[in-house]
Amino acid sequence: MVNSAFFLVLRRMRGPIIVLIVIYGISVIGLTLVPGVDAEGRPAPPLSIFHAFYFISYTATTIGFGEIPTAFSDAQRLWVTFCIYLTVVGWSYSVLTLIALLQDKGFQNTLTVNRFRRRIRRLKEPFYLICGCGETGNLICRTLDRLGHAFVVLEKDELRVQEIDLQDFKTDTPALAADARQPNILKLAGLQHAKCRAVLAVTNDEEANLAIAIAVRLLNPGIPVIARARTPSVAANMASFGTDHIINPFARFAEYLGLAVASPERFRLIEMLTGLPETPLPEPHRPPAGRWILCGYGRFGHLLATHLQPAGIDLTIIDPGCADCASPPTIRGHGTEAVTLRQAGIDSAAGIIAGSDDDVNNLSIAVTASELKPSLFVVTRQNHSVNNPLFAAYNADFTMIPGRIVAQECIAILTTPLLAAFLDLLRERDETWSGALVVRLQALCDGRTPALWAIKLNIAEAQGAYRALMQGRRIALGDILRDGTDRSQALPAATLLIRRDKELILLPPDEFLLAAGDELLLASSLSARRNLELTLHNPNELDYVLTGSEVSGSWLWERFMRSGRPGAPAGEP
Amino acid sequence: MNLEKVIFGFFIVLAATLNFGFFIGDIERPELHHVYELAAALIVSLIATVLKFGDRTQIGAIHLSTSLVADLQLIAAAITWAVAVHVTGVGMTPEVTSSVVSLSGGALFANIVSVIILIVETVMLRR
Repeated sequence: MVNSAFFLVLRRMRGPIIVLIVIYGISVIGLTLVPGVDAEGRPAPPLSIFHAFYFISYTATTIGFGEIPTAFSDAQRLWVTFCIYLTVVGWSYSVLTLIALLQDKGFQNTLTVNRFRRRIRRLKEPFYLICGCGETGNLICRTLDRLGHAFVVLEKDELRVQEIDLQDFKTDTPALAADARQPNILKLAGLQHAKCRAVLAVTNDEEANLAIAIAVRLLNPGIPVIARARTPSVAANMASFGTDHIINPFARFAEYLGLAVASPERFRLIEMLTGLPETPLPEPHRPPAGRWILCGYGRFGHLLATHLQPAGIDLTIIDPGCADCASPPTIRGHGTEAVTLRQAGIDSAAGIIAGSDDDVNNLSIAVTASELKPSLFVVTRQNHSVNNPLFAAYNADFTMIPGRIVAQECIAILTTPLLAAFLDLLRERDETWSGALVVRLQALCDGRTPALWAIKLNIAEAQGAYRALMQGRRIALGDILRDGTDRSQALPAATLLIRRDKELILLPPDEFLLAAGDELLLASSLSARRNLELTLHNPNELDYVLTGSEVSGSWLWERFMRSGRPGAPAGEP
Repeated sequence: MNLEKVIFGFFIVLAATLNFGFFIGDIERPELHHVYELAAALIVSLIATVLKFGDRTQIGAIHLSTSLVADLQLIAAAITWAVAVHVTGVGMTPEVTSSVVSLSGGALFANIVSVIILIVETVMLRR
């Protein structure tokens, strides 16, 4: 109920108000019983109820007009003295109760929840529900905000929610400090809202992610849920009830590292495509094949071993536990000391992976190893983003940041579902093909990763293009990839994939003829994206881009366009 | 036995009985309708109203609304009395008395509804 705060106030104020009524009743009735005195000192009848109520009203509220209508007798003064103390106590009690109520944690929480609920109900645009706003969640929030998507945040830690409020998001971001494991909290945050697009379960707690995933499956089966899982058992559990995407950062990184060894160009392409949009391009990683040392053989270590061994890497393992020592060869220790590293054969090794769950140990391993052998390829695992400066200062050849991997994958899945299809097709291509595409993408947005986005040529997303195509106009792909402000300039954008019904066309050429209903996957800068979206949506803009003539919708529009675009006068053929 | 229920029922019934006591008698004769009875009825009715605060059930809401009606009627009666006796000075003429008493009659009806709801609630109670 919306006015639960109001009911809470009423309920808590019951006591004080009853006390006040009783005090007033006693005072007023008492005052009408005590005999008065007239101007000559003769006994006079007591005050009437009306006068008594009037007198008590201004006395109790400490206004104090004096003795009205006539001076009181001593008996009346005695009673009034008593009344004054009584009413002051009554009022103080009421006011103190009210103040205590306003400061009450529960009451404030009710107010916050009410406000949050109102904001969710008023959301008009599609939004994502992000559960958990730690390092990963925060990165996702910032990226979604830059891409102009609305989102709602649930986070257990109140301090982090306050941080979100302080961050200057472009979009209105409702955030609540609550436990997302509770289904009613999820409902409160808009799980069943008509505009809720997807739910991201990216808390640090495996069980919480699992609970969120199953709640979404049951309460709103229509929307996708993306969940983070670290252990295979939780991932299997999530998969069993149909969680749409399960992201295990360790498995993903191990896969990437294996790929980077086996086919570096393809890995570089994937890195660019799945990177957060318009962030600096990652340095190219060229991990060498040969024998590697792996420090830390836990969950992450095991996954690395399964992915690296097929890629042609022999592993020597250093682990303090030494659980299964048969194969690969294992040495007991942390790897932070030169002795252990030498024992593991660092002189003949090509690379080392500092993959324990302790950031300080990982750095220590990396520094020691590169002192022993400067040419060594060093991979570090960074567990906490607070250690960013340390890892940046050390500058390993390859740093694994779990939060970043999860965030990248979430953004890629959410914003471009077509990307998965593209990545599937990529597996069948060779290294030179990937290398050529990398060069092309690098040129798109000078030194930054391009944004990947999809547009469907339908009435909702690309009205202008859809109408033109339905009228039987022939539009080639190369025709629309022109700058909408000056059509002689080509738009720096690459079309990666076109989906037409079930058919997938990889890297369509410029002469490719578009059809209504085509779904395009493009890579470009965010500004080129806005440019092309306007071209495809607005029929007049599309006309200009295709033919160069400025057909205007109205006289006013024509005037506006003329003043706004001097380089392209109207009527040009 | 629940002390809260005892107090609650006590005040609701007391508000109705006091109201009835003031109302009963020839409507025009001021000597049959003492102003203290009106004051007592008003005070008890106010307390009964506050006791109903904060109940979020449907029956609680109707309880509160009948009580508010009774308060409103009794306050109107009290103001009529105060105006007649102290402001205009006409005193308790048969006209004034009958209007004060009929206002309290309206409050009595609301109080009776309150009592009926109380009884219905008790009958519906399963524990």
